[in-house]
Amino acid sequence: MNDMSQGNYTTADGRKIGSVLMEMKNITLRFGGVVAIKDISFDIHEGEIRAIIGPNGAGKSSMLNVISGFYVPSEGEVWFRGAKRPQMRPYQVAQQGIARTFQNIALFKGMSTLDNIMTGRMTMMKSGMAAQAMWWGKAEREESEHREAVEKIIDFLEIQAIRKTPVGRLPYGLQKRVELGRALAAEPKLLLLDEPMAGMNVEEKEDMSRFILDVNDEFGTTIALIEHDMGVVMDLSDRVVVMDYGKKIGDGTPDEVRNNQEVIDAYLGVSHD
Amino acid sequence: MAFDSPPVGDLQSMPALLARNVRKFGARPAYREKEFGIWQSWTWIETAEEIRAMALGLLALGLERGDHVAVIGRNRPAHYWSMVAVQMCGAVPVPLYQDAVAEEMAYVLDHCGARFVICGDQEQVDKVIEVQEHIHHIDQVIYTDKRGMRKYDHGHLNWLHDIQAEGRAGHTRFDEELDRRIAELDYDSTCVMLYTSGTTGKPKGVVLSNRNIIETSKNSATFDHLKEREEILAYLPMAWVGDFIFSMGQAFWSGFCVNCPESPDTMMTDLREIGPTYYFAPPRIFETQLTSVMIRMEDAGKFKKRLFDKYMAVARRVGPAILDGKPVSGMDKFRYWLGNIFVYGPLKNTLGFSRVRVGYTAGEAIGPEIFDFYRSLGINLKQLYGQTEASVFITQQPDGQVRSDTVGVPSPGVEVKIGDNGEVFYRSPGTFEEYYKNPDSTADTKDAEGWVATGDAGFFEEDTGHLRIIDRAKDVGKMADGSMFAPKYVENKLKFYPDILEAVVLGNGRDRCTAFINIDLTAVGNWAERNNIAYASYQELAGHPRVLDTIRSHVEEVNKSVALDPMLSGCQIHRFLVLHKELDADDGELTRTRKVRRNIIAEKYDDLIAALYDGSETVSTETEVTYEDGRKGSIKATLTLVDAVVQPVADKRMAAE
Repeated sequence: MNDMSQGNYTTADGRKIGSVLMEMKNITLRFGGVVAIKDISFDIHEGEIRAIIGPNGAGKSSMLNVISGFYVPSEGEVWFRGAKRPQMRPYQVAQQGIARTFQNIALFKGMSTLDNIMTGRMTMMKSGMAAQAMWWGKAEREESEHREAVEKIIDFLEIQAIRKTPVGRLPYGLQKRVELGRALAAEPKLLLLDEPMAGMNVEEKEDMSRFILDVNDEFGTTIALIEHDMGVVMDLSDRVVVMDYGKKIGDGTPDEVRNNQEVIDAYLGVSHD
Repeated sequence: MAFDSPPVGDLQSMPALLARNVRKFGARPAYREKEFGIWQSWTWIETAEEIRAMALGLLALGLERGDHVAVIGRNRPAHYWSMVAVQMCGAVPVPLYQDAVAEEMAYVLDHCGARFVICGDQEQVDKVIEVQEHIHHIDQVIYTDKRGMRKYDHGHLNWLHDIQAEGRAGHTRFDEELDRRIAELDYDSTCVMLYTSGTTGKPKGVVLSNRNIIETSKNSATFDHLKEREEILAYLPMAWVGDFIFSMGQAFWSGFCVNCPESPDTMMTDLREIGPTYYFAPPRIFETQLTSVMIRMEDAGKFKKRLFDKYMAVARRVGPAILDGKPVSGMDKFRYWLGNIFVYGPLKNTLGFSRVRVGYTAGEAIGPEIFDFYRSLGINLKQLYGQTEASVFITQQPDGQVRSDTVGVPSPGVEVKIGDNGEVFYRSPGTFEEYYKNPDSTADTKDAEGWVATGDAGFFEEDTGHLRIIDRAKDVGKMADGSMFAPKYVENKLKFYPDILEAVVLGNGRDRCTAFINIDLTAVGNWAERNNIAYASYQELAGHPRVLDTIRSHVEEVNKSVALDPMLSGCQIHRFLVLHKELDADDGELTRTRKVRRNIIAEKYDDLIAALYDGSETVSTETEVTYEDGRKGSIKATLTLVDAVVQPVADKRMAAE
């Protein structure tokens, strides 16, 4: 069944990578006549940092949207934790343990950092709306527990100083960090990051890279990310999928991908006869 | 004067004071730290238990009498505790500046021969590991924050928590030994070793005994009536003597509570939440706060702005008098009372000063406007003058005798005299024992009778008996025409403008004075925003013609004020330039306590200095900068040199005689 699996492996820096967590099998995605993704297969192992790269319009974000359940693939299957995933709504996917951040920050601008991260725990709240509104009994206890989890994330991301600040007032780099916090609040098995470094300066990129590595290291979270900054991708990720015009043109460790002729052509361009 | 006065009972060491506090204040809070959004607190009983567990763990790890233990980290209860635990073991704690880069740290670690190093977090551990390539006497490294440490080789690396657990588990084996070592501590044992930041040359290790620390704490606590009910916020570097006296010495002597902020960035919020009753800050912090208040008032609505201006005028007029208990008219009292409801009360609350009973500032001169601003709000802000070698206190201002231009009268137990060359000397029970492994410097600084040279020039005012400090004795020079050159006097006047962060006045031995200016990015940036001036970098803003104009007007104002002082009228600034980068401790231009290092600046920017004196209009330069992680880079810039109007000094020759 699992013909693509490479089994477990150990990374260059000595981390043990587990078995396959998610597998994309022959995914094709069409919007009317446009083929955004054409017959792509790859897998994501437990505990690894997996990057999806490619030039503009290669279909990277579409791919991430398929993983997060926002798009339903026209053909192909998504396997998650050893079972084929039926057609699901995004919130059901979230409940399965997949969280994401967005390319264009999608936070509640008027709400504080704390409240924004708290929304990340929505899927875990058990008490009903009425009980929460009354803030009574179980709901109160539950909120304290969730608050504690959120405070640990705030501590982890070193954003104590902006705990009560409305996110609309924060600089871009910090908003990105808050968004990462919200995704982490859901305690995901698989974390999807859509261009986590877009629009950041070098210092902010270094900070963000550090946090991504720390998340992976401290919580053992599997991470799939899309990123344009090649330096970042090559430094961070364990394995890289390269896409171009909706097709997969490369897959392997950063070194393998870097030396792949087809990848070089896609990025630097080749003359067509 | 006998300084080997017998201690009060058996309170001869910090561990002894701890034991007394457990008996006397057991259930009162001793430490608080904000973590995970909540203030966690420890009573004196709990604190003593934590410290003892640490001490037992350190014994288990093989800490010997007389060992030096470096402590590098931000203000956290665990770090304060570890220093007492180290003392219990008969070893010497050496707190270091946590923002020092690895090579600076290497010198100090090497000099004190530290066998154990206690680090706050991964960043500090990394630096110590880097240092260990060159020095090999470090036996064990201990860290407080576990984050990111999982993958390190733990052969000689320990989590502080584990050490405590080990100490608790093995207490039957080590109890007796620990009690023996605690009992050995007396007034002559070393309490702590602190490295001076060193405006010149390498840092020196100042050895302070239990007598120094406890006597000083006792005297100063009595002076300001400090009791166990005080609350302080510990946020200044632990390596600085002031923090050691306030957060350790006085806290242990008086039994009050030390509060540690959540992170350096949250300091202002934490200050507001705690509302300390006893507060210390260098002038810079007061300046920054005032700047941010003023910026926010500029952005406030018309009504609020008017209210603020009206009542601040009232406060400036009568506030200080009311604070000193001098008579003011009933109408003014009423106005001040209204102002307190509308403006001062809320403002003090926002700043976290609602409960401040005693506030101190020291380290640098504070601008009279800044000083008066806080005092007019009813905050009892006072000045003190001190140094590491004196366990802080040399002079301080008693309540009711506070002025911005003096540093007060000699602290209790301290004798002060002025030398023939104008240098200030003192001796006191707080006078340091020696510079570690440096008998020459010790002999240079402290004479056989115990008088210590401060290196500062100053004089006593005849009518009030208050001490006034002019400048560093070695910085006071002569201009080419023989008149007095006191750069700091002029620099301080410049720095009182919110737009100016730092200034360096040059001119020793020359015919006229010039200056380097650093703009304050917060204040000038806000001004630029309000005036629709776009800028992409510090460098661009610093070179903007309108910024230069503003700075020139400040310089000319200062010239006017300097011209009024007959002794110093020669120090007017003829030409200046605005530097393209902030002076920075990482580049060695400032000390870690942010004092200007003149020699290094003079050397590094010799091309700029030459340009200031050769009459050219612009100068191109390239400057090396050090990033926070120790990497080096360079900035290129073309700077404009600006001429400033100076006041005629007809009576200059007379004054020089």
